[in-house]
Amino acid sequence: MSIQNTENTSTETPAPEDSAHEDSISENSQMWTARLRNMWQRNLPIDKLLPDTQPAYVSSWIYVFGVLTIAAFVDILISGLILAFAGPAWYHTSSLGLFVNSLHFWGVQLFFVFMVVHLWGKFWMAAWRGRRTATWITGMVAFLASIGTAFTGYLIQTNFDAQWIAFEAKDGFNAVGIGAFFTPTNIGQIMLIHVALLPLVLGAITVMHVLLVRKHGVVPPMDALPEIEA
Amino acid sequence: MSGWLSNFMNVPAKYIHFNSWLQISVSNLIVILIMLALFAAAILLPFPGSHSKSNSHRGDK
Repeated sequence: MSIQNTENTSTETPAPEDSAHEDSISENSQMWTARLRNMWQRNLPIDKLLPDTQPAYVSSWIYVFGVLTIAAFVDILISGLILAFAGPAWYHTSSLGLFVNSLHFWGVQLFFVFMVVHLWGKFWMAAWRGRRTATWITGMVAFLASIGTAFTGYLIQTNFDAQWIAFEAKDGFNAVGIGAFFTPTNIGQIMLIHVALLPLVLGAITVMHVLLVRKHGVVPPMDALPEIEA
Repeated sequence: MSGWLSNFMNVPAKYIHFNSWLQISVSNLIVILIMLALFAAAILLPFPGSHSKSNSHRGDK
């Protein structure tokens, strides 16, 4: 038995005047999706989001350390995912597990080394110039969130080092009055904060930081003139 | 872990004392020196192809 569809299923291209009418509606629409889209297109058009060229002054090693930090972050995320899925019984005992555990640990060391050099470079070129305050602040917040993430990571090593750090930190947190809410000796709480919460927070801040860099452009050296192109 | 790396890492941290007001572990001092060296190298070393012409410039400073 065949069924004949009597509804209009035409896929013809709309007439130009129809398309223009839709564009007009889209630009003037009060829908939150339209307003969000218009705001995004005003602030971060696609050629700014995905540029294929950069200013001449970016050809310096000091400008490489931001992306090196992100590369180390990706290494930490991937190795961390593997560690989370396989569990401590695997990464504390097998050779491959110890290797991935080391990738995670040394990735953190590189992450902080690269981030500190990036921070020094941006500090000495006053990278908050030219309406880049939000870029600078998101970078600083990312730095603070990284310290918290690394701290909780050291707490869940499940070794004597972790115990020492946890009990020293416990006294510190109690002294400033937040011991009731954040307990370094509670490995369940710390594990969840380290594995679930802080990577999401740090990832979101990092994305915001990179989008702001795209929006405002890479900060020029102090003596760079806007007209000069090498 | 074995060898010289084990002898270096699997022991309590060694500390350097400057007078009585500053002490720092050898490990932390090494990391700080590496970061300073990287920073100096990033400033001083020429970037490959840095003499090539760029045809784009962001003006929103």
